[in-house]
Amino acid sequence: MAMEAADIERLIKESLPDAEVTIEDLRGDGDHYAATVVSSAFAGKTRVQQHQLVYQALQGRMGNELHALALQTSAPDGA
Amino acid sequence: MSDNPVIDRIKSEIDENSVVLFMKGNPMMPQCGFSAAVTQVLTQMEVKFKGIDVLADEELRQGIKEFSSWPTIPQLYVKGEFVGGCDIVREMYENGELKELLDDKGVEYAS
Repeated sequence: MAMEAADIERLIKESLPDAEVTIEDLRGDGDHYAATVVSSAFAGKTRVQQHQLVYQALQGRMGNELHALALQTSAPDGA
Repeated sequence: MSDNPVIDRIKSEIDENSVVLFMKGNPMMPQCGFSAAVTQVLTQMEVKFKGIDVLADEELRQGIKEFSSWPTIPQLYVKGEFVGGCDIVREMYENGELKELLDDKGVEYAS
């Protein structure tokens, strides 16, 4: 099982409409990605809470179809 | 006590041990790159920690994900609080936040 980068981005944006998402395929196997996500939804949230928002956006795929997603999350400057 | 023995076990482990790493494999032989990375961070910091191998117990492997609503392993707990997985622990280590947290919580280091 694997996922396409475009699917990851689409799912994240469905939950976090204002998100700026960049995705890097770490190994070309569709299983190991790195992603940076910037969204105002992260403002005032801890890193754990920010990552949990992204995992919820992925609707259970994290740890299943998607084995590894190295995440960097932040709120936009001034948010 | 909850009616779920797995949750009770998780609670007792994180209450009785100041630093707990739910991981794949054990600290001497991690079975996954991410678990190995966190083990290395803790070892380099000479922090005393308990490694718990979720591969040895499928119920624990699923239970820990529900407990923290975090879908992946490893998971680091300090003084009963979920700190994060590999990304977060590594980021905190690199920017000094992890040392600050451990010192604030008064965890033990290997003497």
